[in-house]
Amino acid sequence: MANVRIIGRMDIKGPNLIKGIRLEGLRVIGDPRVIAKKYYEAGIDELIYIDIVASLYGRNSLADIVAHTAQEVFVPLTVGGGIRSVDDVMTLLRAGADKIAINTAVVRRPALITEVAQRFGSQCMVLSIEAKRKPGGGWEAYVENGREHTGLDAVEWAIRGTELGAGEILLTSVDQEGTRKGFDCELVNAISSVVPIPVVASGGMGTVKHMLDVMTKGKADAVAIADALHYDRIPLAEMRAAALDAGVHVRRP
Amino acid sequence: MSIVTVIDYGIGNLFSVRRSFEHCGFEVKLTDSPAGVLKAEFLVLPGVGAFRDGMQGLTQRNLVEPIREYARAGRPMLGICLGMQMLLDVSEEFGEHEGLGLIPGRVVPISQHGTHGEAHKIPHIGWNELVAPNVNSGFHDPIMNGVTAGSSAYFVHSFNAVPTGEEYRVADCYYDGIRIAATVRSNHTFGCQFHPEKSGSIGLSIIRNILNSHLW
Repeated sequence: MANVRIIGRMDIKGPNLIKGIRLEGLRVIGDPRVIAKKYYEAGIDELIYIDIVASLYGRNSLADIVAHTAQEVFVPLTVGGGIRSVDDVMTLLRAGADKIAINTAVVRRPALITEVAQRFGSQCMVLSIEAKRKPGGGWEAYVENGREHTGLDAVEWAIRGTELGAGEILLTSVDQEGTRKGFDCELVNAISSVVPIPVVASGGMGTVKHMLDVMTKGKADAVAIADALHYDRIPLAEMRAAALDAGVHVRRP
Repeated sequence: MSIVTVIDYGIGNLFSVRRSFEHCGFEVKLTDSPAGVLKAEFLVLPGVGAFRDGMQGLTQRNLVEPIREYARAGRPMLGICLGMQMLLDVSEEFGEHEGLGLIPGRVVPISQHGTHGEAHKIPHIGWNELVAPNVNSGFHDPIMNGVTAGSSAYFVHSFNAVPTGEEYRVADCYYDGIRIAATVRSNHTFGCQFHPEKSGSIGLSIIRNILNSHLW
C-alpha cells in the first residue's frame, strides 16, 4: 500500500479553530490560519478543514480562511461543511482547496457526488461519513454533526458513494470523536476492506498506539488527527517514528 | 524570466498551481489561446481528470499544434500530473487516445496488484519517495538540485506514464514494487507526475529549478 498519511483535522466555527467531544461541546483553540502554518512547517501530510456551522460565504467565512491558508501552505487541503452545489465547490477550489468533503448534501441528493466528480475529477470529491454504532450491530450514517439520523447503513453508503464517483472517504466515528479512547477500528476496517478508494479514519486518537491500531487493524489509508495535535499532546515526529518502528510506512520528511 | 504562462483549458483546478508559482517569485498569466501559447516564455500544462477530456479541452481550443510547435522549438515547458501524461504519444485510458507526442512513450493503467501479487488501492494517492532511475545513485539532473533521493512528493493518479527510453527518466517512485515515472524530461520539455505545488518545500524546490532551468 501507499504510505499512510497523517492529516491534521481542523474543525472551524466562525473565525476560530475549535474542538469538541463527539462533535459537540466546543472549545476554542485559536486562529486556524496560524495553526495550519505551524502544522505545515512541522511536516503534516495534509490538512482537512470542516466548518461545523457551514458558513461558506461572507467575511471570516470558510472560503476566506482557506484563501489565507493556501497562501502559505503547500500540502493538500480538503475543505468541507455546508457545501450544497457544484458552485459551492467552485468557490472553495478558487479559494485554494484541493478536495471537497460533503456529507449532508450528498445524503439528500447522491447525484451531487457524480456531478462534482465529473466536473473536477474523482480525486476532488471526498465523501464525508459520520458513523454511529447501531444497537443491533453495524453503523448508521448521520448528518448535522452526528445529530440527525439518515437511516443509511454506513458501509452500504460508502460502497454506493464510491460507485457514484467519490475518490476518497473521510470516515468520522461519532462515538469516538474527541473521547481520546481510540479509533473505531472495526468501523474503519469494515469500510476500508470493501471500497477500492482510500479511507481517512477520524475520531478518537488518544495515544500513539491508537493510531497504530487504526493503521494496522483498521487498514486506514490515512488518519485525521485533531485533539492530539491541537493540545500538543503528541508531537508529529513522535507519531512518524512510532509508525516506522511498527513497520507501518509513513512519509519520512 | 519571470512570467509563467499556464494553459487554462477548462479542466481541473489552476489555483493551487498558480499560487505556488507566485510563491516562488514568478508572475503567472493564464491563456486559452494559440497566440498566448506561442508567445509564452515558459509554458505550464496542468491538469487532473481523464486523458481524453484533457486532449479534447486542448483540441477544442486549437491548442494542440501550437503547443507542439512551441515545444519542438526547444522552448521550456512543464506538464503536471495529467499534463505530464499528455506529453507522451498515446494513452490507454478509456480506449486509445493520441497525446502531444513530445516525449516518446505510452500511458498505461497502474496494475491493480503490486509486484508480489498483493491488491492495492487505485488511485495511487499520497506521499511517495522520489528515487533516481538508477536506484543506487543520486539524482543527476540539475532540476533535482537540493532534493535528496528518498524525499517524498504527493501523488494522485491511476495511470502510469511510461517513457520508451531510460534517458527520459529524471526521477521514479515505486508503488508496491511497480515502477512509476515521477519526473521526465526531453530537452526543455519537463513533466511531473506528482503535484509539486502540493509537495511542501521539496515541491517548491523542484518548481524553482524547473522554471529557472532554461537560464542555465
